[in-house]
Amino acid sequence: MAYKDEQLHEEKVFKDPVHRYVHVKDRVIWDLIAAPEFQRLRRIKQLGTSNYTFHGAEHSRFNHSLGVYEIVRRIIYNFQDRPHWNKNERLLALCAALLHDLGHGPFSHSFEKAFKLDHEQFTQAIIMGETQVHKILERVEKGFAQKVADVIAKTYEDKLVVSLISSQIDADRMDYLQRDAYFTGVSYGHFDMERILRVMRPTEDQVVIKSTGMHAVEDYIMSRYQMYWQVYFHPVTRSAEVILSRILDRAKYLYETGDFAFKLEPTHFISFFEGKVKLEEYLKLDEMVVHYYFHLWQEEDDAILRDLCERFMNRRLFKYIEFNPNSQMNEWMELHALFEQAGIDPKYYLVVDSSSDLPYDFYRPGEEEERLPIHLLMPDKSLKELSRHSDIVEAISGKKRTDHKLYFPTDKLDEIVDEPVKERIYEILYGQGEIEDVD
Amino acid sequence: MLTNHAKLMQFFSVANEVTGRKKLQKMIYILQRANVPFEEKYQFHFYGPYSEELTLRVEELSNLGFIDEVKEDKSNYFQYRYAITPAGQEFLEQFAIQMPDISERVETLNCQSSRFLELVATMMYFGDLEKPEVEAKIHAVKPKQNYSETEIAEGWEFIGKMTQ
Repeated sequence: MAYKDEQLHEEKVFKDPVHRYVHVKDRVIWDLIAAPEFQRLRRIKQLGTSNYTFHGAEHSRFNHSLGVYEIVRRIIYNFQDRPHWNKNERLLALCAALLHDLGHGPFSHSFEKAFKLDHEQFTQAIIMGETQVHKILERVEKGFAQKVADVIAKTYEDKLVVSLISSQIDADRMDYLQRDAYFTGVSYGHFDMERILRVMRPTEDQVVIKSTGMHAVEDYIMSRYQMYWQVYFHPVTRSAEVILSRILDRAKYLYETGDFAFKLEPTHFISFFEGKVKLEEYLKLDEMVVHYYFHLWQEEDDAILRDLCERFMNRRLFKYIEFNPNSQMNEWMELHALFEQAGIDPKYYLVVDSSSDLPYDFYRPGEEEERLPIHLLMPDKSLKELSRHSDIVEAISGKKRTDHKLYFPTDKLDEIVDEPVKERIYEILYGQGEIEDVD
Repeated sequence: MLTNHAKLMQFFSVANEVTGRKKLQKMIYILQRANVPFEEKYQFHFYGPYSEELTLRVEELSNLGFIDEVKEDKSNYFQYRYAITPAGQEFLEQFAIQMPDISERVETLNCQSSRFLELVATMMYFGDLEKPEVEAKIHAVKPKQNYSETEIAEGWEFIGKMTQ
C-alpha cells in the first residue's frame, strides 16, 4: 500500500478538553505528530504572556494544532459527497491543518517584532527544509511538501482547501476561540461549532454558510469580538508583553555595544541579535530556553536588563493609563524629558502600546475587496455577505475599535529623589485619571 | 513612539487623497517591497497581499482624527476615501522620521486602478520565483481576474519603475 493511503491498524485518539477526542487513522498524520519539529510546539504557549492574566492559559501550540486538524477532519467528513469538494485533497488539507502553526517561535509576537522575523516564513522553511516533517511529506509524493506549504501560505490554487484553514470562519479560529476560552476560564468564546460544521457548504473557491445557520455564525462572531477585548487585548497581558519586548531590545542592544560581557554567553540568541537566524538555530529556541536566559539575566550587571527580567519572572508588571496620542502628545513629550531627568530610561520604562500592535483581528465585511468576508448561501443559491443580512454582525463590524495605553513602572517613579520632577510626573499621569492596577 | 503610525502619515501627507481600501493596501505593500521602510506585516489573501496591521493602524489614525475617512455609497458597493487632516499634519511635524522621498512613486501608484495594483502586488509577492513561474502563479491564484499577457507585461515594467 502506498504511504499516502496507509492506515494505522487501530485508530488512535488524543483526549482533548475542547473536542473530546482527536482521531488519527492516517499513518502520515501519526508520523507528523511524532516529528521533533511538531513536538517542539509543546514548548510554545498558544497565548504567550496571557498566563500572567489568566493563570490557566498554559496551553500550547501543540494542543491547538491538533484541534485545528480535528476540526478540518470533521469538515472534510461532512464535505465528502458534496459538489466542489475534491476528495483527492483530503490528506493535503489534513496535513496543512496540522502544520499551519509549525513556524511559531517562543512568545511569537514579541520575538517577531524585536528581531523582525516572520513565523510564516519559518513554517515554510520547516516544511521545505531538511527536517523530519519534510521527509515525511515527501514520502507521500514528490512535491507534496510544496503543496502543503502553499496551502498554509494561502497561495495554493484550490482556494477551497485554503479557506478551511484560513478564512474569516476557519478551523484555526474555531479552535483557538474555544480552546483559549476553556483554558483562560472566561465564559465568552463559546459557540455552537457542531451547528456551524453542519451548515458549512463547499463552493468553487470558499466555504460558505447555509443561510439557516446564520444565528450560529452570529454567535461565533460575538465570541470572537468578546474574546478580543476580554482576553487577547487584556491590558495586563499587554503589560507583560511590553516588558518582554523591552528585555529583548535591551539584550540585543547590550550585545551590539560589543563591550558588555554577559555572565553566560547568550549562545541561543546570537543569531537573533545578528539578524542571521538559520532554521536549525530557530528550532532550538523555545520558551523553556528563553525562560532559562531570563532567569539568569536577573543577575546580570546591567541594571535595566536585570530589572526587566526580574519583573517578567516575578510578575512585577508596569501600570498603565489610557493615552490619546492626539490630545496628549505634549504631555507625552514632557513625560519623556522628565523620565530622562529622573534617570529612568524612557525607551524601556515609558511605552505606548496600541491595539494595532497585536496579531488578532475582528470580523471585516471586506467592503472593497480588501479581504474575503463570510458569505451566506441564500435559498435562491445566491451569496450574501454576512453583515448585509445580520443586524448583529453589522452593528459589531461597524464599530471603531482602537485603543492606546501608556505603560510605566510606578515603583520606579516612587524612588525618584528629585521631588519637583517626581511631582510633575505624577501630576501628568494622575491628571489623566486613575492609574490602572495590574494585580 | 508611534513611529509606524508616523510613517503612514508621511504617506498620506504626500498622497493627498487615496480612494479605496484595496488600493491603499496594495500601494503600501508595493512601496514596502520597493524598500520603503513600512513595517506592516502582510499575508497573502484572496485578493493578494493584505495587512491586518495596516487596516488597524489606519483605523487608529482615523479615530485619532489624524486622517479623514469618508465612506461613499456607490449604490451596489461602498468606497472609502482617505486624506490627512490638519491635526495629522501637526502630529507629523513633531516627528523626525527617516523616510526616503516617496512623492513621485506615490503619485504614480495613485494613478493606477486597484485591479492593476492587485496584479503588481501579487507579482511582487512571488518575487523570489523566476519570471515564468510568477506568471504561472498569477494565473493559478487569480483565475477569475483573467489578467492578460499585456497587463502582466505592464506589471513587469511598472515593477521595474518602482524598484529602480
